[in-house]
Amino acid sequence: MPFKIAVASGKGGTGKTTIAINLFHNISKEVTPKIQLIDCDVEEPNDILFFPDAKLNSAQPATQSIPTIDNSKCTYCRKCVEWCEFNAIVVIPPVGFAEINSSLCHSCGACIVACEYGAISEKPEEIGTIKQYSIDPHGIISEGRLKIGSAMQTLLIKQVKQQALDDVDFIIFDAPPGTSCPVVETVADADYIILVTEPTPFGLYDLKLTVELVRDIGKPLGVIINKAGLGDHKVHDYLSEEHIEILGEIPYRREYAAQYAKGDIFEKIPGEIKAQYKSIIQKLLVRSTSYEGDNHFKW
Amino acid sequence: MKTVITCKGNNQKAHFDLRFGRAGWFCLIDDESGDPTFIENDQVEVTGGAGVKTAEKMVELGVQKVISGHFGPKAKDLLDKFNIQMVMIDDDDQSISKIIARLNK
Repeated sequence: MPFKIAVASGKGGTGKTTIAINLFHNISKEVTPKIQLIDCDVEEPNDILFFPDAKLNSAQPATQSIPTIDNSKCTYCRKCVEWCEFNAIVVIPPVGFAEINSSLCHSCGACIVACEYGAISEKPEEIGTIKQYSIDPHGIISEGRLKIGSAMQTLLIKQVKQQALDDVDFIIFDAPPGTSCPVVETVADADYIILVTEPTPFGLYDLKLTVELVRDIGKPLGVIINKAGLGDHKVHDYLSEEHIEILGEIPYRREYAAQYAKGDIFEKIPGEIKAQYKSIIQKLLVRSTSYEGDNHFKW
Repeated sequence: MKTVITCKGNNQKAHFDLRFGRAGWFCLIDDESGDPTFIENDQVEVTGGAGVKTAEKMVELGVQKVISGHFGPKAKDLLDKFNIQMVMIDDDDQSISKIIARLNK
């Protein structure tokens, strides 16, 4: 079974993608070729941009089942309206109107159970695409890409997670920003969660929210401070008060940020940043072997 | 003809409410019966679909004209379907009585 790591952060732009792809790149080069990166940031799946030579293995549509009401069978009893938690069904008896709004529907299926007259049936509607790529020389990247206009991030993430392979040693989930349902769905299956933050007031505020969330779900966590050297010391103070492990600190370097913007993230990595990743991976390996107990990896 | 004005309270001194689906109250004016009546909006706290539900209510009430500050796309679609006229006012500083006076001019 693979050791599953989720990379998350409350605040956007702290460096989740940077950390996730660097871990993927370095682990596949130095630890094990059997690694998979799953980009769960379905509203902007950017991981693949940094691997221009990636080979597309498969692409498949992801769908949501949208119920429709057959007006010839509907008695306008409004039972489905009462059952719908999302206010997606409009039934107006005096004018004989019954319709389901697909942008509000969460595909829970309750209305179909509620309807005693068999007037509701489901039809698939596309919400996005799921792709899998091979990376040269090693590794697999899977991603979900939400169709523009769809609000079904969480449902798509659920389907993207089914792409997880059994015969790899590591899976890295790159989470979307925030602390809402899509993030919870992404980290729910992880064995360990890395929170990426930056040493700024915004970074700290959102870090606190995310720590609360991860503690609520009861998952082990560690923090990587990205853009270290900027801002203040309050993130460090908070982490030591809360006894949260700092896995590493990636120093802020303007030239390196410029390289990232060009997509050349694996070129000319400053020595100190390289060293940080090496030490972070060592800590993750300790985590993964202690997690697996006697069944440690065969690489 | 029946007209609804979205408002923040349950009397004519109350201010106009710019929100449609999440307005506090609805002031219903029926040209035939005269006096305006006030209906509390039970969709204020819902997590989603307030606009659609409120539009549904307008159809049920048999309203032909709704005066509010802004109509979301889902509410607008439904109101359009039933030919309910949408009138937008962008000033929530006026009282309902003032808007009613303007309607009656």
